[in-house]
Amino acid sequence: MFCIVCPLGCRIGVEQRSDDLILQGGCPRGQEYARQEVTSPCRVVTTTVRILGGEIPRLPVRTSAPFPKERIFELMEFLRALEVIAPVRRGEVLVENLLGTGVHLVATRTIRRLGKGEEGSAGA
Amino acid sequence: MPRSVDAEVVVIGGGPAGMAAALSAWEWGARRVFLLERNPHLGGILNQCIHPGFGLRLFGEELTGPEYAERYIEALEKTRVEVLTDTTVLEVGGDRHVVAVNREGVWIFRARTVVFAVGCRERTRGMIRLPGTRPAGIFTAGCAQYLVNIEGYLPGKRAVILGSGDIGLIMARRLTLEGVRVEAVVEIRPTLSGLLRNYVQCLLDFRIPLLLSHTVLEVLGKERVEGVVVGRVDEKGNPVGEKRLLPCDTLLLSVGLVPESELLKKSQMPLCPSSGGPFVDEDFACDVPGFFACGNVVGVFDLVDYVTESALRIGRRIGENEGHTPPRFILSPREGVATLFPQRIRRGKDGFLYVRPKEGLRKARLSLIHNGKEFHSLTFPLCRPGEMVRLDLAQVSWPEEEGEVQVVLRGEKHVDLL
Repeated sequence: MFCIVCPLGCRIGVEQRSDDLILQGGCPRGQEYARQEVTSPCRVVTTTVRILGGEIPRLPVRTSAPFPKERIFELMEFLRALEVIAPVRRGEVLVENLLGTGVHLVATRTIRRLGKGEEGSAGA
Repeated sequence: MPRSVDAEVVVIGGGPAGMAAALSAWEWGARRVFLLERNPHLGGILNQCIHPGFGLRLFGEELTGPEYAERYIEALEKTRVEVLTDTTVLEVGGDRHVVAVNREGVWIFRARTVVFAVGCRERTRGMIRLPGTRPAGIFTAGCAQYLVNIEGYLPGKRAVILGSGDIGLIMARRLTLEGVRVEAVVEIRPTLSGLLRNYVQCLLDFRIPLLLSHTVLEVLGKERVEGVVVGRVDEKGNPVGEKRLLPCDTLLLSVGLVPESELLKKSQMPLCPSSGGPFVDEDFACDVPGFFACGNVVGVFDLVDYVTESALRIGRRIGENEGHTPPRFILSPREGVATLFPQRIRRGKDGFLYVRPKEGLRKARLSLIHNGKEFHSLTFPLCRPGEMVRLDLAQVSWPEEEGEVQVVLRGEKHVDLL
C-alpha cells in the first residue's frame, strides 16, 4: 500500500493473519493510516448540489468529516436529489447525519440570493 | 470619454495572488488601491477547485478552494481596497498606465505601482502534437472542471484523460463521482506528474487505470470524439509496440500550465525563458521599477499557500518605497533544476526561493554556488518534479561579492513506478 501521510510516499506491507493485521514499513503515523485504510477507509467527499435563486447554479459542499469510502456512490445518489435555496453561508450545515453515518453536509461557499432583475452569472 | 483615475496601487487579477497583494499593500499603508478582476466574483481558479487540500501550510487545516478564497474575500471587505469585478484589463503601459473596460466604460488608471497577478493558463491541444480529427469533445481539464463545478454541466459520458498532472487526476475522480466513465489516465512520461496522494485517492480508489509511457496517438470521430488510439512510447515520446483503441466521447487534456504573459509582453517586460514569467526579486518586484508580479504569472507554483506567501511580500516593499536598486545577485538554474524564482536577490535578508526539480532524486542536495564555491546548501530525503523545493532565504549568508549564483540540485536518481 502507498502511504500518503507525507510526501515521502513509503510502501507499507499489509498482511491479515487470522485476527491480526501485520504491517511492515512506514512510520507510526503511516502505520496508523494503513490500519485505518484496511479496517474502515474513509474520505472527505466534496461535490456540488443544486442551488435555487442564487448567483450561481451550483453550491460546492463537503462532508463535515471523512465518510465511509464504500458508501460514496450511495451518497452521490442521495445528493443528486438535493436542492438548496439561496442564500447560503459558508460553513452552514445543509443536511445532518448523512445516510445515518453521523457525518453532516456543509456548504463551502457563501452564495447570495439573486435580487429581482439581477442576472445570474456563473463566472468562476 | 474614459475615466481617468490616479491610483497608488493597481492589482490586476482577483485570484489568490491578487487578493493577497492588495491586502498586503493596504496593510502596509497604501491607499487608493484598486483590485481589478475580469470575472463577476473574486477568487480566481479557487472557486472551481472544490476539492480539499488548500491552506495546510498557511492555516494548518485542509480547506476547499472556495473556503480558502472566502477568507481573503472577507479580509478585503474589512479594508477600503476598491474591488472592480467584471473588469477586464486591455493594456498596461511601461509608464504604468492601465487601460481597463467594464459596464461603466473605459478606465485609465495612472498608477504608481502595478501588480501583475494574472495567473497561468492551461496548455491546449495546439501546444502539444495531437494527431487525428478535430471533433467536439476535447477540453482542457480545467475547462471541464469549470463546466462541472460552476455551471453544472458534464462534458460527456465516457472520458479519457491525457496527462497525469493534479488537475487531470482530480477531474478523473470528479467525473467518476458524477457518473462519467473514465477509461484511463494516459501519461507520456514513465512517472506520474501529480502528487502520489492524488494517484491513490483519485485513481486507485475508483480503479481508474494509469497508463505510464503511453500517449494518445490519434483522435477519432467527425462531429464528436468517438475514441482515441493510445500506445506505448519510448523515452523520446516515439510510438513503440502495440496500439489500442479506447472508445470515448470526451478527451481531457491535463498537459501543463504556463504563466499568462500577454499583458506583460505588451508592457515590454523582460521574460525569464525557464519560468515563462517576468524576472522578479525576493519581494516579487520586476526588473522595471514600479512593477510587481506574484503568484502563477511568475512561474507555476504547486501550492496556493505559496502563491499567497509570494503576494504578501509585496506590500512591505511598496510601503517602504526605498527605490529601485540593482539586484545584488542573479540566480540561474543549472544541473537538476527545471526552473526557479525569484531569479534576483536585492536584500537577501528574507523571503523564499522556490526551485522545481528536473527529475526525481533521493538524498537530494540543493546548492547555491558563487564563483565555483558552494556557500549554502539544503538536503532533502526525496524530491520530485511535481513538488517544488523551498529554501528559506533568511538562512542564507550571502557572499561579499555580488554577481551570478548558480543553483544546482544533485542526488541519487530516483526511478520508481511513480
